[in-house]
Amino acid sequence: MRAVETVFERTPTFKDCPTHYCPGCGHGIAHRLIAETVDELGIRGRTIGIAPVGCAVLAYFYLDIDMLEVAHGRAPAAATGMKRTNPDKIIFSYQGDGDLAAIGTAEIIHAAHRGEQITVIFINNAVFGMTGGQMAPTTMVGQVTTTTPLGRNVDSQGYPLQVSELLAVLPGAIYIERCAVHKPAEIRKTKKAIKHAFQLQLDGAKGLTMVEVLSQCPTAWRMTPTEAVEWVEKEMTKTFPLGRLKG
Amino acid sequence: MCGNEALAEAAIIAGVDAYFGYPITPQNEITAYMSRRMPEEGRIFVQSESELAAINMVFGASATGKRAMTTSSSPGISLMQEGLSYLAGAELPAVVVNVMRGGPGLGNIAPSQGDYFQATRGGGHGDYRTITLGPSSVQELVDCMSFAFDLADEYRMPVIILADGILGQMMEPIVLNGAESAKWPRRKLPPKDWALTGANGREQHIVRSLWLKEGALEQLNDKLQERYKQVEKNEVICEQYEVDGAEIVVVAYGVAARIVRGAVSKAREEGIKAGWIRPVTLWPFPTEQISKAAEDFKIFLTVEMSCGQMVEDVKLAVSGKAPVLFYGRSGGGVPTVEQVLEKIRQLTIPAKR
Repeated sequence: MRAVETVFERTPTFKDCPTHYCPGCGHGIAHRLIAETVDELGIRGRTIGIAPVGCAVLAYFYLDIDMLEVAHGRAPAAATGMKRTNPDKIIFSYQGDGDLAAIGTAEIIHAAHRGEQITVIFINNAVFGMTGGQMAPTTMVGQVTTTTPLGRNVDSQGYPLQVSELLAVLPGAIYIERCAVHKPAEIRKTKKAIKHAFQLQLDGAKGLTMVEVLSQCPTAWRMTPTEAVEWVEKEMTKTFPLGRLKG
Repeated sequence: MCGNEALAEAAIIAGVDAYFGYPITPQNEITAYMSRRMPEEGRIFVQSESELAAINMVFGASATGKRAMTTSSSPGISLMQEGLSYLAGAELPAVVVNVMRGGPGLGNIAPSQGDYFQATRGGGHGDYRTITLGPSSVQELVDCMSFAFDLADEYRMPVIILADGILGQMMEPIVLNGAESAKWPRRKLPPKDWALTGANGREQHIVRSLWLKEGALEQLNDKLQERYKQVEKNEVICEQYEVDGAEIVVVAYGVAARIVRGAVSKAREEGIKAGWIRPVTLWPFPTEQISKAAEDFKIFLTVEMSCGQMVEDVKLAVSGKAPVLFYGRSGGGVPTVEQVLEKIRQLTIPAKR
């Protein structure tokens, strides 16, 4: 009889419990990639994460590390307070596009501008997910949301905000990469990017590191999970091209 | 040293690990002082991009168990209310100094006591309180700092020091007492076994204020209220002078209390039986002390540099047992000894002369 061999298993820092995320959502994948990174780098005992306001507010139920929950958009400020007083700790914030690109725009820009040695995982799904799918600054032109019933109109609602491109011009931001989690090849690249960002912080690199992750939100997009991954590939990457922007 | 610089040095003596602040008059001396002194001490100073960021930097540092503070003046403190509510909800200690200026709106940069409601009622959203101290001299401002950090750590809640533009700007001789406060002894504090320090060989710690499960938030609120009752029971501080047998008692805090002290002394020289009560803790409020003073009939006069805020707490304490009157100046106006004395005379004439 052949012995059963384990070829893949849950990484210990990713808790063994069901998540509250919808079928087809990208958050679970991003969480797993962070947990794998923490375990592979062996930094669970010195990592502190920050959960945003949004769907990922409960991230601390899935990631088995010390975590802080903060006010909407303020994670980069809280992370600043944490990292400055605990330079030996690895501090990361996990933020959605409502959190980071709308209400928290000032905090992310200034954390990058000061060159805070923190890592930001920026989940961009082009909507406010938890509140039911309103327009976010990152919403595509023409995209229908609950607050753009006729589609996003640039004349009155502006263009999608490209935060990674904005941050990449700041000297204090040393590594910015945009990735996606809609197919295995991209998931692997995202993992590599997250690990690289954490490694830079671990090495004491002088500045902010950020990985933007395009993530599918079938519920708020009113799509099936399959349609959602196709939409990331065909639509989102046109406005938000994948790749390394800095560092 | 002006009051602002004195309180900054006192915070360093009190063991503040990190200071975060944004410029606003009339408290800019604190930020400037800290920008020089904190690095000298090997501690953290960050000039934030806004008061929103400053209070959230405090939030982050405090969550890791560090002593953190920020300072501002009225409009900036309004912006910090979100963070204060989150600090209260997450049970995090912090010290916030408000060097009050005139409002509402941008108001002006002159001294005021117009933020009493905001400080003593919670200020942000939700059912919470913040311990509020109302020092009346630069020395007391200095003594307040280590006391405030200890209170914050003991009760795991934000403590607000309510100063004003006069206290912040004026110079008085002070004694910096090392780690020992002249007025209030240092306390033995509970360990910060809840802090986020990295889950090294232990279970994870979570610091949060979101409680979705049915009944969970009510449980948190009950716990907070129980703690607030302990604060009300143990931490009330007030001073009084010639209250027994007085026909009029003037209630005032902070700088206004010093003006009142002068007016009461002059009134007594004129044969008016006047006394004063000075709440040092504004929350918890000295309700019992004032209620006791109201047992034999006397007139209460509350004097504030506002349109009448603390007077509501005095009325609640007196609870209809005696008349409570108010005299105040606002928008940078400061009552003079003569104005308060005249008010005392007016109120006591029908009875005495």
